[in-house]
Amino acid sequence: MAKRIEVSGLHAYYGGVHAIEDISMTIEPRSVTAFIGPSGCGKSTFLRTLNRMHEVIPGARVEGKVMLDDDDLYGPSVDPVAVRRTVGMVFQRPNPFPTMSIYDNVAAGLKLNGVRGKGKLDDVVEESLRGANLWNEVKDRLGRPGAGLSGGQQQRLCIARAIAVQPQVLLMDEPCSALDPISTLAIEDLIAKLKDQYTIVIVTHNMQQAARVSDRTAFFTIAGTGKPGKLIEIDDTSKIFTKPEQQATEDYITGRFG
Amino acid sequence: MTTETGLASQAETARHRAPTRAMSTGRAGDRIFAGAARGSGITVLAIIAAIGVFLVWKAIPALQANEAGFLTSQEWNPNANPPKFGIAQLAFGTVMSSLLAMLMATPVAVGIALFIAFYSPRRVASGLGYVVDLLAAVPSIVYGLWGLAVLAPHMEGISAGLNSALGWIPLFGGDSPGKNSIFTASVVLAIMILPIISSISREVFLQVPRAHVEASLALGATRWEMIRMSVLPYGRSGVIGASMLGLGRAMGETIAVAMVLTYVPGINLHLLEDGGATFAANIANSFAEATENGRGALIASGLVLFVITLLVNMAARAVVARRKEFT
Ligand SMILES: Nc1ncnc2c1ncn2[C@@H]1O[C@H](COP(=O)(O)OP(=O)(O)OP(=O)(O)O)[C@@H](O)[C@H]1O
Ligand SMILES: [Mg+2]
Repeated sequence: MAKRIEVSGLHAYYGGVHAIEDISMTIEPRSVTAFIGPSGCGKSTFLRTLNRMHEVIPGARVEGKVMLDDDDLYGPSVDPVAVRRTVGMVFQRPNPFPTMSIYDNVAAGLKLNGVRGKGKLDDVVEESLRGANLWNEVKDRLGRPGAGLSGGQQQRLCIARAIAVQPQVLLMDEPCSALDPISTLAIEDLIAKLKDQYTIVIVTHNMQQAARVSDRTAFFTIAGTGKPGKLIEIDDTSKIFTKPEQQATEDYITGRFG
Repeated sequence: MTTETGLASQAETARHRAPTRAMSTGRAGDRIFAGAARGSGITVLAIIAAIGVFLVWKAIPALQANEAGFLTSQEWNPNANPPKFGIAQLAFGTVMSSLLAMLMATPVAVGIALFIAFYSPRRVASGLGYVVDLLAAVPSIVYGLWGLAVLAPHMEGISAGLNSALGWIPLFGGDSPGKNSIFTASVVLAIMILPIISSISREVFLQVPRAHVEASLALGATRWEMIRMSVLPYGRSGVIGASMLGLGRAMGETIAVAMVLTYVPGINLHLLEDGGATFAANIANSFAEATENGRGALIASGLVLFVITLLVNMAARAVVARRKEFT
C-alpha cells in the first residue's frame, strides 16, 4: 500500500510570504522520515503540501511538483479531496470530532468513502483501533464520546481514524508534543509498527525521538526572519546524527544553533 | 481525599478573604463606583418591578369583570357589557405565525450563513453579510407596507396553489385561501427574523475551531462533508438558540402583522384563509378605541405575551449557554 513520494522544486507561499523555497527530496515507502529544524523553518508547511492541506488556508499556494509513485499530486485534473484520502494526516494537537463517539470517529473516513454496512464498519473499526494500540483501552466504551479520552488516547484515536481509510502515506505533525512520556512511547511503538505498511513522515522537535523512530532524517532551516525555509540535507538518520554532510546540520543537532 | 478537600477549602476561604481585605482598604473612588453601579442596578430592577406592578394593577379589574374564560375563550369583546374576552385566538395566531416564520426563516438563514462563512469569496462575503444585517435595520412599518402592498397580492396565488396541493393537511386546508392570512403574516415575519438568525448562525460557524475543520478536510471530506462533520455538529445548538431568539422576536412583532392580517373573530385552523390575530397586533389595533375595561384586558393579554416570549428567550439562552459548556 505504501508509496514513494518525490518532491522537486517545491515552493510554498502564504499570500505574499514565501514560506519554503525550492525543496526537492525523495521519501521512501515503508520507512519513517523525520523532519527536524528550528521553529518557523517551514516543516509543517512542507508537510501540508504533501496532502494538499496547505491550500485550505486562504491565500496559500504551492509551486513545484510532488509525485506519489506515478501520480502528480498537483496535476491539473487532480482533486485535492482525493489526494487527502490517499495521504492521511495526524495533527499536533489531538482533534477527534468532539460530538462523535469513539466508534464514529474511527468510522468517519470510511463513511466518507461510502463504506456502509455495520459488519464491515465494525471490522475496520476494530482493526484500526488495534492498529493504533488503543483497542484494549476502549473496546468496552466505543459508544462514548472520543473527547472523553486522555490526550494520549485521543492522539491514538486520531491515528486510528487516519489509518482506517488505509492511506498510502501517513503524515504526522509533532504528534507527541502535547503528550506525556508514556503516551509518547506508546505512539513511537505504534509508528515502528505502522511503518511495515505505510510511508510515514513525522515532524518532531525532539532529536531523540527522531533518532529513535526514523530511518531517514531531513534537516530544514531558515536563514533569518522573513526568509523562506530551506532543506539543508536529507540522509539516513544514523548518518545525520553522527557525521552529517553540512556544518549547519551538525551545529543544530549538537545544540550550537537555536 | 480528605486532605485534598481540606486544602481546597482553605484555598477557597483564602480566595474569599482576599477581596474583602482589599475592599476594606479600598480607596473612596472604588466605593463610590461600587455604590453607583449597585445603585443603577437596583434602579433598573425597581423600574421593571414598578412597570410590572402597574400593569398587573391595571389588568386585575378587567379580569375580575370578565365573564368569559380568560385563557380559553376565543371571543374578544372587553368593551361590551358585560365584558367577555379570552386570549385563545390571540395565542393561536401568535404561536402559529411565529412558528411558521421560524420554520421558513431558519433553513434560509442557515444557508445564507453557510454560504457567507464557507462558500463565497471573501469580498462577496462581507458585502453579503452587511446586506443581511441591514435587513434588520429596516423599520417594521416598512415591512408592513411592503407586506400589504407588494407581498399580499402575490400571496393570493401562492396560497391557492398551496391549498390545492397540500389541502389535505388541515393547516393548509379551507375553501377560500386569501392574501391577508396568518400565512402571509408569517412570510413577512420570516423575512424580518432572517437577519438575526443568519448573523448569529454565521458567528457560530465562524467560531468553529480550525482543528475541527482540518480534521475532516484531512480525511478527504469535500466542503459540504466538512460542513456536515465539523461545522453543523459544533454549531447546532447555536443555530437552535438563534432560531428561538428569532421566534421570540416574531411573537412580539406588532405593526407589520397588524397591517397584514384582517381580523376575523375565532380560531381558524386554516392558516391560508384570511383572518387571525396576534397579541401584539390586537393591542395595536384596539388600544385607541378601548374603554377603561378594554385597556385592562389588552394589558392582561400583553402580560401573557410577555410571559411567553420570556420563556422562549430563556429557553434560547439556555440552549446557547449549553453550547458554551460543551466547547
Ligand atoms: N497560516 C499562516 N499564515 C501566514 N504565515 C504562516 C502561516 N502558517 C505559517 N506561516 C509562516 O510560515 C513559516 C513556516 O511556518 P511553519 O509553521 O511551517 O514552521 P514550522 O517549521 O512548522 O515551525 P514549528 O516548529 O514552530 O512548528 C513561518 O514563518 C510562519 O510564520
Ligand atoms: Mg510546525
